[in-house]
Amino acid sequence: MRKAATNVASRGEARRKAEPAAASASSAAASWPDRLHAVLRETGINQVAYVPDAGHARLIALARADRDMRAVALTSEEEGVALAVGACLGGDRCVLLTQSSGVGNCINMLGMVVECRVPLLMLVTMRGEWGEFNPWQLPMAQATESVLVAMGAIVHRTDEADDIVQTVSAAARLAFNTSRIVAVLISQRVIGTKEFKK
Amino acid sequence: VKAQKDPTLDRRAVAAEILKDRGDALVVTGLGAPTWDTAAAGDHALNFYTWGGMGGAAMIGLGLALAQPKRRVIVITGDGEMLMGLGSLATIGVQQSRNLALVVMDNEHYGETGMQETHTRHGVHLAGMAKAAGFPVTTTVYTRSELREWAPRIRNDEGPLFATIKVTTDEIPLVLPRRDGTALKHRFREALLGAEEAYR
Repeated sequence: MRKAATNVASRGEARRKAEPAAASASSAAASWPDRLHAVLRETGINQVAYVPDAGHARLIALARADRDMRAVALTSEEEGVALAVGACLGGDRCVLLTQSSGVGNCINMLGMVVECRVPLLMLVTMRGEWGEFNPWQLPMAQATESVLVAMGAIVHRTDEADDIVQTVSAAARLAFNTSRIVAVLISQRVIGTKEFKK
Repeated sequence: VKAQKDPTLDRRAVAAEILKDRGDALVVTGLGAPTWDTAAAGDHALNFYTWGGMGGAAMIGLGLALAQPKRRVIVITGDGEMLMGLGSLATIGVQQSRNLALVVMDNEHYGETGMQETHTRHGVHLAGMAKAAGFPVTTTVYTRSELREWAPRIRNDEGPLFATIKVTTDEIPLVLPRRDGTALKHRFREALLGAEEAYR
């Protein structure tokens, strides 16, 4: 269990001092999920909410293995939105890892986050776009950005592996410095299109 | 549908009994009557009242309990609100937060929309669902003597704890706390974390 009521920003700073290699020097060689994990550590994220997802599998595994992070598996994504409200009330920082279809499950609960000015960083792996095979994925995927914007989220989109880490780093600063919802949509082009092999 | 006992407890008396010795507990309320009941028991900076986000109260409690493992976190919500977030029982069952207590004021009706019956009126047993999800301590309270036994346990037992408390649908006056969500968040964080951390 983590200590109660310690300062999240100074926790992040302490990590940077203690583990500079984990935070930055290893970036060049590491894969983007490993570098994202370092960004989340630097941001002082200590609650990682997720629904199991192929695109986020590596990042979820890293969060689960990280003793400074509590990985919280959800039955549905809106639970993670409410979790972020509780984390904020208690002085923690929460990230929500979701697939684009899971964004649809969050919409009403995002209203609470907007009303309460709770910072929320959402990392969204896209389905239902680049080379998609399954037509059932398309409606929510194609509406993801519009519905997030309609709920007051700031949306960044990233289509290349080299760009993901910088984008998430900027999104994290924006979310926690200004207490807003910031979602990063990570293209299916980067993650790879799911193959349906017979 | 199996026969079940009719609720007899007064919801305001229940909230007062649970919160009268609250100590340094952190309290989250579910929208509607549980928010009014908690306000009626005495406004407190460490009450976070929800007026929306239906289905989210238990998960707000979990996020808070994980962030503040040394503090008691008590969620007071209603049967309709809990029914909308049943998946969170499984999520909390997996997390096993010892400092978290969920209290459902179960009047078996949707009070805010005109007193339509909820599923708990028709045999759905919320404490049984919590038990099946892995809550080590669960109960359904019908009487004043059971309430007197369980109020201190709600404040102190190692959890996650789940208590359904059967309350009547008797009409009671509205007691409305502040409703600006950002103001409620700031008030809570300032009281818990101090102003410097709350507004950094």
